[in-house]
Amino acid sequence: MAEPTIFDLSVTGRKGVTFPKADVPETALPKGFVRGKLQLPEMSEMEVVRHFTSISQKNYAIDLGFYPLGSCTMKYNPKINEAVSRLPGFAATHPRQPENSVQGNLYLMYSLQEMLKEIAGFAAVTLQPAAGAHGELVGTLIIHKYHKDRGDHQRTRILIPDSAHGTNPASSAMLGFEVVPLPSDARGNVDLEALKSLCDERLAGLMFTNPNTLGLFDENVCEVVRIVHEAGGLVYGDGANMNALLGVFRPGDVGIDILHFNLHKTFSTPHGGGGPGSGPVAVANHLVDYLPDPLVGIVEEGDEENAPLYGFIHPVKSIGRIKSFNGHFGMHIRAFTYISMLGKEGLRDVAEKAVLNANYLQQKLKGTYTLPYDRPCMHEFVLEGMWKDVPGIHALDIAKRLMDYDFHPPTNYFPLIVHEALMIEPTETEAKETLDRFVEAMLKIAEEARTNPELLHDAPHHTPVRRCDELKAAKDLVLCCYVSENWPPGPQE
Amino acid sequence: MFTPHTKHDVEVMLGSIGVGKIEDLFKEIPAQFRYPDLNLPPRLTEMEAAAELESIASANATTKDLLSFLGAGAYDHYIPAAIDNLLQRGEFYTAYTPYQPEISQGTLQAIFEFQSLICKLTGMDVSNASHYDGATAAAEAVILAYGHFRNKRKKILVSRAVNPQYRQVIRTYMQADTSLQIVGDDPETGIAPEMDKFIAQIDHDTALVVVQYPDFFGRIIDYTQLIETAHQLGALVAVAVNPTALGLLTPPGEIGADIAFGEGQPLGIPLSYGGPYLGFFAVKDALLRKLAGRLVGETVDADGKLAYVLTLTAREQHIRREKASSNICSNQGLMTLAATIYMSLLGKHGLQQVANLCYQKAHFAADQLSGMDGFTLVDEWTPFFHEFVVKCDEPVDQVLEHLLQHNILGGYNLGQDYPELKDHLLLAVTEKIKREDIEYLCAVLQEENHG
Repeated sequence: MAEPTIFDLSVTGRKGVTFPKADVPETALPKGFVRGKLQLPEMSEMEVVRHFTSISQKNYAIDLGFYPLGSCTMKYNPKINEAVSRLPGFAATHPRQPENSVQGNLYLMYSLQEMLKEIAGFAAVTLQPAAGAHGELVGTLIIHKYHKDRGDHQRTRILIPDSAHGTNPASSAMLGFEVVPLPSDARGNVDLEALKSLCDERLAGLMFTNPNTLGLFDENVCEVVRIVHEAGGLVYGDGANMNALLGVFRPGDVGIDILHFNLHKTFSTPHGGGGPGSGPVAVANHLVDYLPDPLVGIVEEGDEENAPLYGFIHPVKSIGRIKSFNGHFGMHIRAFTYISMLGKEGLRDVAEKAVLNANYLQQKLKGTYTLPYDRPCMHEFVLEGMWKDVPGIHALDIAKRLMDYDFHPPTNYFPLIVHEALMIEPTETEAKETLDRFVEAMLKIAEEARTNPELLHDAPHHTPVRRCDELKAAKDLVLCCYVSENWPPGPQE
Repeated sequence: MFTPHTKHDVEVMLGSIGVGKIEDLFKEIPAQFRYPDLNLPPRLTEMEAAAELESIASANATTKDLLSFLGAGAYDHYIPAAIDNLLQRGEFYTAYTPYQPEISQGTLQAIFEFQSLICKLTGMDVSNASHYDGATAAAEAVILAYGHFRNKRKKILVSRAVNPQYRQVIRTYMQADTSLQIVGDDPETGIAPEMDKFIAQIDHDTALVVVQYPDFFGRIIDYTQLIETAHQLGALVAVAVNPTALGLLTPPGEIGADIAFGEGQPLGIPLSYGGPYLGFFAVKDALLRKLAGRLVGETVDADGKLAYVLTLTAREQHIRREKASSNICSNQGLMTLAATIYMSLLGKHGLQQVANLCYQKAHFAADQLSGMDGFTLVDEWTPFFHEFVVKCDEPVDQVLEHLLQHNILGGYNLGQDYPELKDHLLLAVTEKIKREDIEYLCAVLQEENHG
């Protein structure tokens, strides 16, 4: 039975949360501006709670089970993060309070900037970007302004490997850059010869994900950076896959110029059903002045008796403000807490166990599923979700059948350079028993594909809804609840 | 800590991979850069981290300790307890983007309901699943309109009475296109409520006119004339709206707006020092296919049962790459859920009541203040909703400092963004403010004036 919507559940005259009567003399409402109809639901509090509890149970989530969604880093979200981010000392601070009244917030933001600098090897960090794609926009704005300030107006091209996330080309295009695809070589690395041939005076920069979306570490990273720099370009690092590198490798050390983090992937802040994310951006020394305005800095050094005074500082060549206020501060608190609890040993342990888990799964599955790039992987790997001897089965069928085994499917059809891709990222927080159960399901599905393919075609069978008609959704567009002019029904008060 | 591996697990797993130690898995990383010695503070247990975070939080003064009249884009409303209780369900907050509809119906239905509520509240036809905040939604409105005219109309008119941060973010986003003019918010055009000088700048080269309702100064401005002129000249109009005010005021859809967007924070989202918040964004049907961001639509599953899916994804970056309508990937998922629950819990009556309380209390406060020596409220600043401007005889910073000494966050010094308003203070009053709070504010100000 489908859960009714809040509009279906509404009954005229019913009230949820109410407020005290006005304790001031009445002022007349502004003439000519008072609205007539306001068609919002009328429900009791309990009905609202039951409704949202009920629909929540139709979701799969990390708290329910294994979520090996490649490139999304669905690790466990520690509960302490939720508790501390809700402390009134943080949650009840207004973004426009005077700086001296929010020294705790500013200290935390400053410390997180410092931690992220240290972890990735950069000179400065902005916490303002709201998500990874937003961080990419900041990066491409910096690339744009850097060349413009140097009078390099002919630098209009951004190179993007064919394995990259879709946000990379989309972010570049927003700035009017020409997006030039860069092929991968047979080992899954950036094709160096192709790179060299594309590096000329038109080059603005390269957007480079390492480990890339195949889960492979590009062994030629130093060479790639050297070639781009020699041509006068900047290297943007997409830090979506930083989970593999914590405490093991710092992109800044090899000369990468700009890098964004995804706090919601690498640093355990929750994905929230699609957001809010948080996408801080780190830059090397020569780009510090271009960061979004403002940053958090020490505005008055401390001494033995007094803590330093933290405040906002303004980079001199800044690309400008990229968001209201101070970024997703609630996410900063969670990431700060996570890093504080891990320390350098814990961070390295995260990367090591993430890579161990991925290699273990890769090893167990690669005999049954085709592994197009047979190398040790980093935190994730990509299989082909198809077999030549079972032509009717696609990655989508395997993904849907996994739901019957109570697993969230891997990312499918990405990266685009692998046929019928299944991109698997177990993360470090999963135990061996879970991985073994997943392997068992994957092997069973490979068998079913041959013995009983209908099981895959018809999957999933036991989920709250079954395969959905996406064509119908796009054709007969219904994007909000139907509410007639006369809604709600029943006697009006 | 958050890794479950025993020593035995590691050995077995390494054995099956066929390597001797974990380090062997990282051999492709250039050796001279492997294992940097990170300079980070010593790690903390959960108990220590909890104490550390409490100590950091206690270094802040909060809107619970202080009596706050601060607004200017973020508002201290009462948040019903049921919201956070539901947000803390792991099924909601530890789920990813609902790309697999069979096991994401909870998130999808909540977004569908969010879209519906935003449409009803704003009087628009279609809402997306949200942007990062009000400011980035403003920038997306500009991108949408510019693209709508295939970059041929080169002028974006933004009122000076639009939130200064929104205007900054619009300029940041659009800085690479030097052929695009973003104008209309200069001191010469000004902030007069008649907007004659502003309206006169709308022409055939104008893609979009951006205004705010109530505006940054809290004023309720009649935009009928402006919208009529814009439409006559073929331009689109985007109205930034405060959602609380729409409990009381005619919605932008009814006055002819093509795009309605705004900061959704007042809908049950904590102040949290500025984020995460929520940018809502709704359009008239004609602009549906130009919308950026995620959209949830209704469909049926293989058994013919009602279901929800992400739809029209061909506009988005993961399909269209460099031809996408925006680079946006995430939405403010959990924040849209908070807003959806808020609007459901308050419903029609609750939202009307909150809007009315804000209006009544703000007017009482304005009345009391303007009756005092040293503070003037002129007609230019009326009518207003829950935020208003007073001119101070004393320097505003001095007034605010005095108030803070008496545990009052007195409001926002407009001189920071408007040199012409350096003696002006912007105060916000929500339903949480009691009559005696307003009387206390006045008493402290009285003392400042004569003290």
